[in-house]
Amino acid sequence: MGDKILTTEHLYAYYDQHCVLKDINMAIPKFKATAIMGPSGCGKTTLLRCFNRLHELSPGGRIEGKIRLRNTDLLSLNPIQVRRRIGMVFQRPNPFPTMSIYENVIAGYRLNGIKLSQNKADEIVEQALKKTALWDEVKDVLYRRGTFLSGGQQQRLCIARALAMNPEVLLLDEPTSALDPKATAHIEELIVGLKKSVTIVIVTHSIGQAGRVADYTAFLYLGELIEFGPTERLFTAPKDKRTEEYLSGKFG
Amino acid sequence: MIENYRKRKLVNTLMKGLVFFFTILSLVPLLFILFYLIKQGIGAINWEFLTHLPKPVGESGGGVFNAIVGTIILIVLSTLMAVPLGIGAGIYLAEVKAGKLAYLLRLGTDILQGTPSIVLGVIAYLWVVKPMKSFSALAGSVALAIMMLPMIVCSTEETLKLIPYSLKEAALALGVPYYRTILKVILPAGFSGILTGILLGIARIAGETAPLLFTAFGSPYLNLNPLKPISALPLVVFNYASSPYPDWWRQAWGASFVLTVMVLVFNLAAKIGTRKWEIKF
Repeated sequence: MGDKILTTEHLYAYYDQHCVLKDINMAIPKFKATAIMGPSGCGKTTLLRCFNRLHELSPGGRIEGKIRLRNTDLLSLNPIQVRRRIGMVFQRPNPFPTMSIYENVIAGYRLNGIKLSQNKADEIVEQALKKTALWDEVKDVLYRRGTFLSGGQQQRLCIARALAMNPEVLLLDEPTSALDPKATAHIEELIVGLKKSVTIVIVTHSIGQAGRVADYTAFLYLGELIEFGPTERLFTAPKDKRTEEYLSGKFG
Repeated sequence: MIENYRKRKLVNTLMKGLVFFFTILSLVPLLFILFYLIKQGIGAINWEFLTHLPKPVGESGGGVFNAIVGTIILIVLSTLMAVPLGIGAGIYLAEVKAGKLAYLLRLGTDILQGTPSIVLGVIAYLWVVKPMKSFSALAGSVALAIMMLPMIVCSTEETLKLIPYSLKEAALALGVPYYRTILKVILPAGFSGILTGILLGIARIAGETAPLLFTAFGSPYLNLNPLKPISALPLVVFNYASSPYPDWWRQAWGASFVLTVMVLVFNLAAKIGTRKWEIKF
């Protein structure tokens, strides 16, 4: 499976006393797209939010076990540093409403008080927007509010904002669930192109989407990792009966 | 069927008329006040009234320049005191929501909101005037700031509560520390709401008389020292209107007019500010 970038060992996640992830053991390969799928409420999003330590900010959120980012123990790092190395895009596009498109892309630096020369900032913005195929669409309106864009464009702006920080891993939490089919196709296309330079972990509701974009797929059910493997193998020859039933639409 | 239709139509018209009538009725006092203020006040307003100090009894002319300056100083000082405190407490309430301290803070804010303004004056007298052994603009500002505080706390809390959580997550996911997220993302997003709260708070305290009676006290001189007694428009209205001199009555009307215009300006500014800086999520 090549190099691993994110590994979990006996990972448990809780909301107060309620256990939502049970004994998750998985190794996410570098420069690949990994999909996490499963029915609603199975813990997909929680797992994703463990990776960038957002889970512990939820009321009662608690993690037990180990997560490794390369060879360092992610849970012993400063969450702020973790979040700068692992970017995240959310279900609904959430550009900063007070900022222009340009400021949104560079927000990771500006909000953190990282000083950049004007040239360097321009370069980062241009590259991030080019990576998300947004540059040609917005290069003349960089100083307009990000919220003027269409939903699909806003989501690509959010991806650009995360990419501008040069993260090692990009987490996508159902990034197309609020978008129309055309914008969805556009984002999926983008994900396939992006994995050359950044490892992608995508939570998705849609089996089809996992099939289209992911090299590896994990199937979660009721907080347990049922199966994890190359997407093709998992889709054509699932080892677990529950995976097969989910894929054939028996539940979900 | 037809009978029924006619009846419904009639009741509808009747109700509409009633609502319209009550609307007009409730506007009448407001219009009368404005009409009276303008009629009586405008005659007293001239350049001298706005830029000169009061003359001793018996001499005609003179103005309320000291009171206008005093009111402005009182507003500035009390705003400087109430705004940081109020926004801080508002952020705390919006962020923490539950918990003992939040409960106490909310209770305290509610009680403060209902406290008669004269009581706040007495408290400022005890806290500031007595230890410093002098009436002062500072004491008046403390009383007004306490009055303003609950309004700012509430408006800040309400505004920040309306800001979607996704916005905060967006910043946190970029590795922005919590305090920077609040200062640079959440507060700017709530700017218009907080500003509206402050301006309405100012409009509310600008016309307060009771808390100033034994704090700012009033002064016939132009005073810029916050540790000395200071005049204010509502105090002038109170003193002049209860005097036996017709010339002072005229000036009280003039001062009322100036004060009302000031409050109106703050109210309008709040309205315009809300619209201009409103953030859509």
